[in-house]
Amino acid sequence: MLLIECPYCGVERPELEFRCGGEAHIARPEDPSGKTDEEWAEFLYMRTNTKGVYAERWRHIHGCGRFFNAVRDTVSDKFLKIYKAGEPMPDLASLAKEAGK
Amino acid sequence: MANPLYQPDAAEEPVLSLPAISMLKAAPLGRFSFRGRKAAQDAAAKALGFDLPQQPLTAAESSGKAALWLGPDEWLLLAPEDDTEALQAAMTQAIGDAPHALVDISHRQEALIVTGDKAEWLLNSGIPIDLDVSAFPVGMVTRTLFHKAPVMLWRIGDDSFVVEAWGSFMDYVAGLLAEPATELQAA
Amino acid sequence: MSQPYRTEKGGQIDRDRKISFTFDGERMEGYECDTLASALLANGVHLVGRSFKYHRPRGILTAGSEEPNALVGIYRKGDQTPNLRATQVELYDGLEAISQNRFPSLSFDIGAVNDLLSPLFPSGFYYKTFMWPKAFWDRVYEPVIRAAAGLGKPPKNPDHDRYANLYAHCDVLVIGAGPAGLAAALAASETGARVILCDEQASLGGSLLSETTATIDGKQPADWAEDTVADLAARDNVTLLPRTTAFGYYAQNFVALAERVTDHMADPDPALPRERLWQVRAKEVVIAAGSIERPMVFPENDRPGILMAGAARTYLNRYGVKAGQKVLVATACDTAWQAAFDLADNGVEIAAIADTRKIVPEALMTIAEARNIKVRTGCVVTATQGRKRVSGALLGHVSSTGAVSSAGDVACDALLMSGGWTPTVSLYSQSRGKVVWDEASGNFLPGAHPQNERSAGACRGLYGLNAVLEDGYAAGEDAAKSATGKSAKCTYAVATGAHAGEGGTLGDLPNDRDASRVKAFVDYQNDVTAKDVKLAVREGMHSIEHIKRYTTTGMATDQGRLSNMNALAIASTALDKPLPQVGLTTFRQPFTPTSFGTFATSSRGDFFDPVRKTPSHQWAVDNDVVFEDVGQWKRSRYFPKDGEDMHGAVARECQVVREKVGLFDGSTLGKIEVVGPDAAEFLERMYTNPWKGLKPGRCRYGLMLNDAGFIIDDGVIGRIAEDRFHVTTTTGGAAHVFATMEDYLQTEWPDLDVWVTSTTEQYAVIALQGPLARDAIAPFISGIDLSPDAFPHMSVATGTFSGVPCRLFRISFTGEIGFEINVPRRHGTMVWDTMAAEIEKLGGVVYGTETMHVLRAEKGYIIVGQETDGTVTPDDVGMSWAIGKKKKDFVGKRGLARPDLIAEGRKQLVGLLTKDPRIVLEEGAQVTKVPDPAKGTSAEGHVTSAYHSPAAGRSIALAMVKDGRALHGKTLYIPMPGGAIEVEVTEPVFVDKEGGRLNG
Repeated sequence: MLLIECPYCGVERPELEFRCGGEAHIARPEDPSGKTDEEWAEFLYMRTNTKGVYAERWRHIHGCGRFFNAVRDTVSDKFLKIYKAGEPMPDLASLAKEAGK
Repeated sequence: MANPLYQPDAAEEPVLSLPAISMLKAAPLGRFSFRGRKAAQDAAAKALGFDLPQQPLTAAESSGKAALWLGPDEWLLLAPEDDTEALQAAMTQAIGDAPHALVDISHRQEALIVTGDKAEWLLNSGIPIDLDVSAFPVGMVTRTLFHKAPVMLWRIGDDSFVVEAWGSFMDYVAGLLAEPATELQAA
Repeated sequence: MSQPYRTEKGGQIDRDRKISFTFDGERMEGYECDTLASALLANGVHLVGRSFKYHRPRGILTAGSEEPNALVGIYRKGDQTPNLRATQVELYDGLEAISQNRFPSLSFDIGAVNDLLSPLFPSGFYYKTFMWPKAFWDRVYEPVIRAAAGLGKPPKNPDHDRYANLYAHCDVLVIGAGPAGLAAALAASETGARVILCDEQASLGGSLLSETTATIDGKQPADWAEDTVADLAARDNVTLLPRTTAFGYYAQNFVALAERVTDHMADPDPALPRERLWQVRAKEVVIAAGSIERPMVFPENDRPGILMAGAARTYLNRYGVKAGQKVLVATACDTAWQAAFDLADNGVEIAAIADTRKIVPEALMTIAEARNIKVRTGCVVTATQGRKRVSGALLGHVSSTGAVSSAGDVACDALLMSGGWTPTVSLYSQSRGKVVWDEASGNFLPGAHPQNERSAGACRGLYGLNAVLEDGYAAGEDAAKSATGKSAKCTYAVATGAHAGEGGTLGDLPNDRDASRVKAFVDYQNDVTAKDVKLAVREGMHSIEHIKRYTTTGMATDQGRLSNMNALAIASTALDKPLPQVGLTTFRQPFTPTSFGTFATSSRGDFFDPVRKTPSHQWAVDNDVVFEDVGQWKRSRYFPKDGEDMHGAVARECQVVREKVGLFDGSTLGKIEVVGPDAAEFLERMYTNPWKGLKPGRCRYGLMLNDAGFIIDDGVIGRIAEDRFHVTTTTGGAAHVFATMEDYLQTEWPDLDVWVTSTTEQYAVIALQGPLARDAIAPFISGIDLSPDAFPHMSVATGTFSGVPCRLFRISFTGEIGFEINVPRRHGTMVWDTMAAEIEKLGGVVYGTETMHVLRAEKGYIIVGQETDGTVTPDDVGMSWAIGKKKKDFVGKRGLARPDLIAEGRKQLVGLLTKDPRIVLEEGAQVTKVPDPAKGTSAEGHVTSAYHSPAAGRSIALAMVKDGRALHGKTLYIPMPGGAIEVEVTEPVFVDKEGGRLNG
């Protein structure tokens, strides 16, 4: 069971309190009707599914209830960075480098 | 140590009454979920008579009312059952048009008061977080899980906690807290 | 004489406390602190089981949890726990143990014929035999194999024991309480750090409890261990857990421990749990798991009486038990010599020490000489004799070319062996650490540490008592410093004696025998021989993972702790590849077999899952309800009267609702209070319908899609005030809808001034449906004008019910006049009881979910999850009317324009009427164009709901059928095993098509 730090509560809590919400930084288009079928399919279904360093959404559903984002190495399962929703995506390449990958 | 808001429900038998642990159902009380932005938070402080706690996982209490931080824009407000309507009226008046949501959830959840030397041990039979007083000091409040039931946990004393759960989960929570206490009665 | 193999004195058993137990019904005696294994050996019993495949007689091989042979069943309270290792079973008065895998008895076992037939069972025999005739597999081979396989028999009754769970947190978890672990716990706890020390054995001390030739701070090692344990126990910051196995090492130092609380007690208090699962989160972990001795792979190395030299030393020094009266020691390393010396000092005749090495340390030779022990160097065992107990062995000289020549025979009643020591890296490996090959010691050792963990002592290849102690202290200090930032210098105890030994061997030993007739066992429990491993290589298995699966070596309950290194060495030779290149298989959880009860803990029976009850629950129980599980909720399904079956009860309930009035508990419906200036805007985006124009006091049916355009939920939404909506969801969708709303609010539209709060359990919902519904509630409602004009269908108002505040909805899921009384939950029972009494006066009925389903199907109202399956659009179910056409966007709008969702040929909701009105279709049945479609023809659709409808006076069904709306009046078929059923396609409304009954 992973230990995840909630950036709103400021504490580490067991994975049980959280739900993973899939890949982060995929914004719902402002005007969906203006999107082509291909663009809409891309938004709905296409995910990078990275083996390695990857930004994803988590929700502290059994805690403060907030969504936040996390960079996790999907190979080692280690969290490299956790940040609040709305903050920009960190540089994944440099995080990967720091983690020695 | 007791909290004036949480009084044992005189109509209910104790769930547990052992030397090392007691577990009592709490009497009904007024509860509101308060959500809102800064202006509404400031106005709410006027109605409450104290500031909403901004420090995560903490609570503020005064004159028979309490505000518990549950999330960065979410508080649980507590008041004696008889003051429920008065608090609602005072909040609504003080906040006026400032965007907010005040929802009466007095009946949504129920509370257990768990007290005794073995309180931490008993709660940790189903709650996965560290309850040592160094990690979870008196006054700390959080939502978490007890086995499969979502609960709110508030430490109201060195060896005293309040566990709140939605009404329909209470049989499960109280039952699964009483079960491991069986071994405390072993010879 | 009782206990003929017991020494006169010594050991840590309590000789004042005799204990009586039985093995296969035979009464024997042992002492307090014995294990079942030590007590059996004290009584001269070596034969304790039969092997898995060949049913060969087997004896106690080890003194620890790696024991492969001595698996027994323990009877207690009329039931049996199978497959317990006798080496870990603590003796208590009245213990009843039985041997396993034998019939009719341990000494005469019919299955032993397998041993003679062994040429039929080479490695991979599963894949080679039993292939034909094919029909034999189901009827002959599988039943016979299943009957023959397995060891103990599973218990037949539900487990009557209790199991407990505890989440624990600490700064330093020390696994293993041998010298390294005790030292680590001392050092770590000195800083005030929270320390947990666990050990799988009953007494903490590990190898110290068997060591008699060394001293620590001038004390006997066992005494030092006892004093140290007392010292640790007195520290508030230390938790000591004997009888506790760390069986799983998971991510971020999450370690699972199984504590055996009562298994050692003769008459445990039923208040105690049998086992406790500790789910420990440690800031730092010290693994001090020690090492285990490796068997030697020589012919017939599996006879009872052949055991590990270290185990024999433990039985002697810790339990006061001699492994035999005349003992042969076969070894490749120094440590076994000490076992021979200790036994000799206790009056046991040492037949010989046969060491594979040509040159052995001079010091050992001197001690052996002083005790008149014959030493044979450069010698191996080439054969052993004795069926139920070893009676002798043949020795062979190994020449410099490797050729073996006979070196005579030795009579003995026990044979001790030692191939050297293998560090226990299982937990380190579970922590995702990668072992590295250490050429000097010929072992795999921990490499880098991926978690906050360090290994100390023998499990990282360190030997010699003082070195191990020092390593333990250093690891404890380091762990505490990392966890707490604090250091405290601890005074290290100093050990003398018990120096590190040398030597060791890997793989099978040479012999002068006919290779085809030799069984030299590598994996005892799975009956894998050196020959099997070689055969696997010859047959093309070149990866150790393949060899493991082909031969089953290393797949025993010890996960190859005893066998892996020998198997690997044999494979390495056969493959002519350096050993580290062959690789090691992965160690997985659990470290030792762990009972299901430990995993289940207290989550069983009523506590397996929360059982959520509604306010009418007790009334329903008192009125003979049949419940239905809907998620975690118990919902009333129907209320049979006077011996009715479900069909009868539902028919009656349906009829009374349409004629008079019915009472229904709708409390499980999800409820969400949406509040804030942007509440209407938010609902506009979340639901297909328009909301801004809805006036306070009015309700609307809402349909929720996902962004792909598919229906995910529905429910009635009432506007309480300009900035406040009361949203209802399906029972099953409550949590998901709430989470979806939070998701969009927090991550897509954080600028909206609106908040959502779950009020599912704030309100009890008591529904009244039927022509007399208004009459039923009118006497109790105040503050609301219930007249049809003032409070028409789809209204909501706030008032009181018998003085209790309520939100009253005028809505219908039956097509009749309907009201839903929402009161604060704790008043729900009062309202229910009041209304139950009132409708009885009116001739009404209480109904359950089954009737609710029929009544709504008669009206063609869909149930999300029954008519829909996550691939259905509003138009598919005829609900285009629910889509706000003028809205620029809502969740799902763009999805609905996808080519597949607007294409021809989509399945549409229709009604089906069977030609024979008595036939009720089966839900899920396929719909076809012709009665007997050719194989491979795809179906036109499927039946989603089917009931007998009292109002229609016949069966009805709803179905999703390709282009269904164009097929009204046409005939289709439902092919069933008994023949196709003819149906007519209709519109999906069967009662009151105009909807007039809703009003009034």
